Amino acid sequence: MHGYLLFAGKRALLMLAVIFFGVSLTFLVTHLSPINPVEAALGRMTARSVSNPEAIVAMRAALTELYGVEAPLWSQYLNFWGRLVRGDLGPSLMAFPTPAMTLVMRAMPWTVTLLTVATLITFVVGNILGGLAGYSQNNKFLKAFGIVAIAIQPVPYYIVAFILLIIFGFLWPILPISGGFAMNVTPGMNWPYISSVLQHAILPASSLVLVGFGGWFLGMRALVSNVVTEDYVTYAELAGVKKSTIVGGYVMRNALVPQLTALAMALGGVFSGTVITEQVFNYPGLGSLLIDAVNAGDYSLVLAVSTVSVTAVAIAIFIVDLLHPLLDPRIRAE
Amino acid sequence: MTQDLLKVDGLKAYYQMDYFGVTREVRAVDDITMTIRKNEVYGIAGESSSGKTSFIKVLAAAIRPPMRIVAGTVKYDFKNGPIDVATASEAQIEGIRWRHLSYIMQGSMSVLNPVRRIGKTFEDFAKRPLGLSGEAYRARILNHLERLKLPADVLRAYPHELSGGMRQRVTIGLATVCHPEFVIADEPTTALDVVVQKEVLGLIREIQQDMGSSVVFVTHDMSVHANMADRVGIIYAGRLVEEGPTRQMFFAPKHPYTAHLVASLPRIGDTTQRPALEGRPPSLANPPAGCRFHPRCPLAIDKCKTEVPPLETVGPDHRTACWRWRDVEPLVKPQAMQGVIA
Amino acid sequence: MFAVFRDLIRYNIEFAIGVVLVTIVVLFALLSFFSPVDTSLIYLTIPDQPPSWQYWFGTNSRGQDMFWQLSTALRNSLTFGLIVALISRVISITVGLLAGYLGGWVDRALMFVNDIFVAVPIFPVLVLFYFVLRNNMDSLTLALIMACFGWPFDARLIRSVALGLKHREFTRHAVFAGMSTRKVLLEEHLPYVMPIVFATFMNNMLWSIGLEVTLAVLGFTNINNPTFGTVLYWANSHSAMVVGVWWWIVIPVILIVMTFLGLFLLAMSMNEYIDPRSRLRRMGA
Repeated sequence: MHGYLLFAGKRALLMLAVIFFGVSLTFLVTHLSPINPVEAALGRMTARSVSNPEAIVAMRAALTELYGVEAPLWSQYLNFWGRLVRGDLGPSLMAFPTPAMTLVMRAMPWTVTLLTVATLITFVVGNILGGLAGYSQNNKFLKAFGIVAIAIQPVPYYIVAFILLIIFGFLWPILPISGGFAMNVTPGMNWPYISSVLQHAILPASSLVLVGFGGWFLGMRALVSNVVTEDYVTYAELAGVKKSTIVGGYVMRNALVPQLTALAMALGGVFSGTVITEQVFNYPGLGSLLIDAVNAGDYSLVLAVSTVSVTAVAIAIFIVDLLHPLLDPRIRAE
Repeated sequence: MTQDLLKVDGLKAYYQMDYFGVTREVRAVDDITMTIRKNEVYGIAGESSSGKTSFIKVLAAAIRPPMRIVAGTVKYDFKNGPIDVATASEAQIEGIRWRHLSYIMQGSMSVLNPVRRIGKTFEDFAKRPLGLSGEAYRARILNHLERLKLPADVLRAYPHELSGGMRQRVTIGLATVCHPEFVIADEPTTALDVVVQKEVLGLIREIQQDMGSSVVFVTHDMSVHANMADRVGIIYAGRLVEEGPTRQMFFAPKHPYTAHLVASLPRIGDTTQRPALEGRPPSLANPPAGCRFHPRCPLAIDKCKTEVPPLETVGPDHRTACWRWRDVEPLVKPQAMQGVIA
Repeated sequence: MFAVFRDLIRYNIEFAIGVVLVTIVVLFALLSFFSPVDTSLIYLTIPDQPPSWQYWFGTNSRGQDMFWQLSTALRNSLTFGLIVALISRVISITVGLLAGYLGGWVDRALMFVNDIFVAVPIFPVLVLFYFVLRNNMDSLTLALIMACFGWPFDARLIRSVALGLKHREFTRHAVFAGMSTRKVLLEEHLPYVMPIVFATFMNNMLWSIGLEVTLAVLGFTNINNPTFGTVLYWANSHSAMVVGVWWWIVIPVILIVMTFLGLFLLAMSMNEYIDPRSRLRRMGA
């Protein structure tokens, strides 16, 4: 138990460091820029549709308060942290006066669900098939899977999503290619809504699965083909231990330990991929929100999405890290 | 009259490797014939890469590519019927594993699954062959652990929580829990310190006598053979060059290589300079013609370079493969051997 | 070196395919130096011409010859990838070798920083940079920013090799001979990690080109500089798929897939060659 707490403490420290670094980075990037954020944002807003002078005054006040441009950098920095801890990053400009955080929290469940479901599917299926492929190297079906995985794995998220969009949007339009649910259903616990949400999730989720699957498949296959040469596997085989026990309890179980580390390390990239995929399919998550905010010049919303993303990914990595000692008893003992 | 449990006849097992289009053949086991009796401890000695590990892998029916059996038979006469593991199907071999034939693998550090509790490993290994369950199974395991002087709570431990000696006792326990008729032990004491080594050896001997099984024992350490084995066989470059009762082998070796191995044993109070063996063991990919020991042999004559010496019977149970066995003298005086051999 | 290359081509099908794909892609990119047209100009030819003998890859709605447009885009994308890979290799080699060789608190500190960089999601950060820099964001700036995020995975890999080298005989000899740390690392250890550096180089190029494509497609880079991403950006903004100018999308996508597959296969087969364990397996099978 003591070993576990020590381990968890170390990982928590890392999580806090990541959040600190990420948030400071977002702050510095926005504040060291030569552009006056308030005027730039207002300029872009007024160039668009907002022309009500009262709204502009309110926005200027909100922005000036948010950035405190006159105060020295360090006090702005502390102020920024204070706001962040309170969960208040000021009103969004493009949906004035809705707080930016409200918009982020509205988009969050979409991204989290999409990312979690897609990652779970890729991780579980990729590891099981990859493990089997590594164990029985002459299986034709699994070999074919390996070739497909190699072919898809290196292609960037965007391109895979884009190809799916072309196939199902233009060549064979059977699935919805845009949005989170259909226009004509009422959000709530009713079947039309749920089925619409599921249908809309198929393409974004499949493109994430297609890209992610290959990495886990190939990684697990390589790991397993090394683990099967370990003495404890040979020994169990010599002892006539049941095949299923060897594959599950000896080979895959041991190969899963480094794969879990890999999962924690990959989450940042997977998040980026999700964000990109959302944009392609116009999915109402953080990705679409971020890109809309950039295009609208919505400073507070961009800041909110970035800081929340960094924090959320750091927390997700921490959760995966906490699972680690459950898989590897050696960590508990340290 | 003692009965034979294992008959190996003309066994050849080669490694065939294909690397980027170049085929290499390594003759790890090249024409070995021997028998092992019921209820005996047979020690196999030889330098590293002499083919002794490959040989016992064949005995243990653990042949994996790139190794394959090229010729010969490996016939066991188990209680559930005779079997030739050189030709038997995987299913037939499954039928003898652990109940009849078990194996103590080299390296206690790496033979236990690091993420599985010892108790679970025991279940994987022993539950099915024992055919027991519930209380009966538990009692059997606990009883066995007690015999191995292991506390019952090792079952709840993970391998990394145990000391080297304990881990080795656990692997011996795993290999013997089903009371197999034939146990193969590959360097079971190599990585252990001397005190633990003695303890583990005593344990193997004790269990062997309890169960009345045969043990084939591989190590390069001649002093272990002196203490453990009833008979010793010497393997050199993939061939059996001499075998005989342990006392005979140590007091009156009939092969120059055996004489050298025996002489290399350290003895307390002995400060005489021992002649070192020139050269290195031959490559098994390209062994020398004739007797494979001839390039390093002090007694070599022209005949040794061209003709392979057959295994000749030179005494009761004692066979050697040397053209000049009559001229082989022990390199140390028999008196000096007292105290080394039990 | 040459013998290794020859053997790999002959006996490793993945490597052979990789070499063929990368050669095609590089040759095509090099053609751009002989481009008869200025690829930054628009409305030079008749727009929306399908592929023909005159226009091999057709022309787009902006009146550009797609053959030369794509050749230049490919060159720019590859150059971008090379720059990011080069800079981030320098960082990862430095961090990896120092952490592995010096050990102790230096190692712990560097790996802590390493883990932080691994955990930060790069895409929102890049978008943030674009949001602030806007039109000042040219491809060199983008390359620099990405290089600052592209080193941690490989630094860890290099560190693990350096850890092993530290205890080798020759390192001790070098230290006893009075070699400075810098010399030990540069002259003794660097050659050993070069194969890994080489394999990760390509993986890093894949990563950076992929991200550049994504950013450019969204219009978050200099959209007048032809790259894979900006070609798709313009295609999207002219709704190429809807109006039926399919070659404006399909041909670049095929080229992108070829480039990525080629680089990935090279990196993978090289990794396999470096890792002695998988090499052994190949011998055994």
